[in-house]
Amino acid sequence: MAAPDTVVDRHPPATTTVTRTRGARRAGRTPWLYLAPALVVLGGLLVYPVYQLGLISVLEYTQAQVSGGKPTSFRGLGNYTTLFSDDQFWSVLLATVVFAAACVLCTLAVGCALAVLLTRVRAVPRLALMLAALGAWATPAVTGSTIWLFLFDPDFGPVNRLLGLGDHSWTYGRYGAFLLVLLEVVWCSFPFVMVTVYAGIRAVPAEMLEAAALDGASQWRIWRSVLAPMLRPILAVVTIQSVIWDFKVFTQIYVMTNGGGIAGQNLVLNVYAYQKAFASSEYSLGSAIGVVTLLILLAVTLGYLRLLRRQGEEL
Amino acid sequence: MTLVNLVRGSVRRPWRSAAEASALLIAAVVAFPLYWMVLSAVKPAGEIESTRPRPWTGSPTLDSFRRVFGQQEFGRYFLNSLVVAGCVVVASALIAFLAATAVTRFRFRFRTTLLIMFLVAQMVPVEALAIPLFFLMRDLGQLNTLGALILPHIAFSLPFAIWMLRGFVKAVPEALEEAAHLDGASRARFLWQILFPLVLPGLMATSVFSFISAWNDFLFAKSFIISDTSQSTLPMALLVFYKPDEPDWGGVMAASTVMTIPVLVFFVVVQRRLVSGLGGSLKD
Repeated sequence: MAAPDTVVDRHPPATTTVTRTRGARRAGRTPWLYLAPALVVLGGLLVYPVYQLGLISVLEYTQAQVSGGKPTSFRGLGNYTTLFSDDQFWSVLLATVVFAAACVLCTLAVGCALAVLLTRVRAVPRLALMLAALGAWATPAVTGSTIWLFLFDPDFGPVNRLLGLGDHSWTYGRYGAFLLVLLEVVWCSFPFVMVTVYAGIRAVPAEMLEAAALDGASQWRIWRSVLAPMLRPILAVVTIQSVIWDFKVFTQIYVMTNGGGIAGQNLVLNVYAYQKAFASSEYSLGSAIGVVTLLILLAVTLGYLRLLRRQGEEL
Repeated sequence: MTLVNLVRGSVRRPWRSAAEASALLIAAVVAFPLYWMVLSAVKPAGEIESTRPRPWTGSPTLDSFRRVFGQQEFGRYFLNSLVVAGCVVVASALIAFLAATAVTRFRFRFRTTLLIMFLVAQMVPVEALAIPLFFLMRDLGQLNTLGALILPHIAFSLPFAIWMLRGFVKAVPEALEEAAHLDGASRARFLWQILFPLVLPGLMATSVFSFISAWNDFLFAKSFIISDTSQSTLPMALLVFYKPDEPDWGGVMAASTVMTIPVLVFFVVVQRRLVSGLGGSLKD
């Protein structure tokens, strides 16, 4: 099916060639004119800060330099050496990866399962589930965090009461606190997965499946050869988005564990960088952590791009 | 139950009843936190601070809301949040519209490179950039002003907005542009009087994401507005009531309700566009 399309694209019929040429000639500067505002904003507020982040991470930059009391000095990779020889950094990194992976798995599992469920019910239950999910999706991270804290509050929360846990504190222990944050994160991020995958399933033409069934394809074969390939790009997108979102969770951890938990037991990279920079004024170390986060996410993104390329997606 | 049925949505009866029952149950569980929020916001203080919480209340009261709005600058914080989100939505929608038009309607050198860059830009963790942005805002003299919240959020919402708008711009047939051109419409006229209104619904759906990122922002609000609290936004106001040791749960839940409602309204308004928009932008 793809072959004729590419042929048409490469050798457009004569009539469109005329308009194309005219369009191409007149295009000249116009696209760049349209792109200019976007490029200016992105250059100034995204590219330049990324450069600055890298720069600060190789300087000696603390409160003294910020206030102008001491000149900034070049430290090379000194900040990174400091960081990598700190045990806390490694334990935070590990916690971040494990926590993000758990969040992604739970979000995808819940989201996909509910998307399939949505296709099997009639309008009213579907609308109810859709609306509830949209509500969770729309809830700001800060309010979501306070709501879940209240639900699991040891004194006044309904959950402990329901489960008969007495005044068990969820935020006291390391794993309890991470579990609580995970529940909140899954609650507010599964709707994106559910809605997107549902839209993807509905977009598969029923005729195509019927045709496959008429041709005698088994259920398994239909799933493997028709449905799965059509859903794969969508699954790739929701997976990558979830990885990125969950890897940089900040608000939930900050609010629910009150800035990283008791003795920093619930720190993740982002919160750790923030605490280093804004609480202890070690801007260089904070930036170095930021660079590490950036590089990890960049690696994930590039892997994703290669995946898209291999599937022959056109940008 | 066959896959054909899966897509068409027709399923055998006993299975369907079970599926529908669980769908309703799950909907209730998912909605419960929001229900509890609103419920706690209208419960009298004595019922909130009770060790036997009940899932209903016999005597709803607006006391908590009064306390929230009685707090000196809450109205102002609300307004600040609206200004920030409003500016971000309008600015990023216009800029993204132009950029999306450029990358879908024209073929030019570096087009693919740019698209890849927009994709990569989406992955840049906003949080990691808080430190350099802090110094940038300081140098621009924007610290402690709403500009320090508006500018970065425009930049961060652009890549995704451009990416998602592509689908909507692409959906407008090229023939329309040719017809407009033959009728003597200039490029600018086509852009603003024909293309823009046609893409507007998609623009609305895309705006949800910039609205949410600006409205929900906590990190920048916390880091960039440090000494002038008159420039604070809602998330900070909310935390006034949430003191980890002695939280005023009634106040927190009332403030949370106030903060959640505008987003909910926005979502419900653009809900259908959102679903089709996501499907569309992901398919091509």
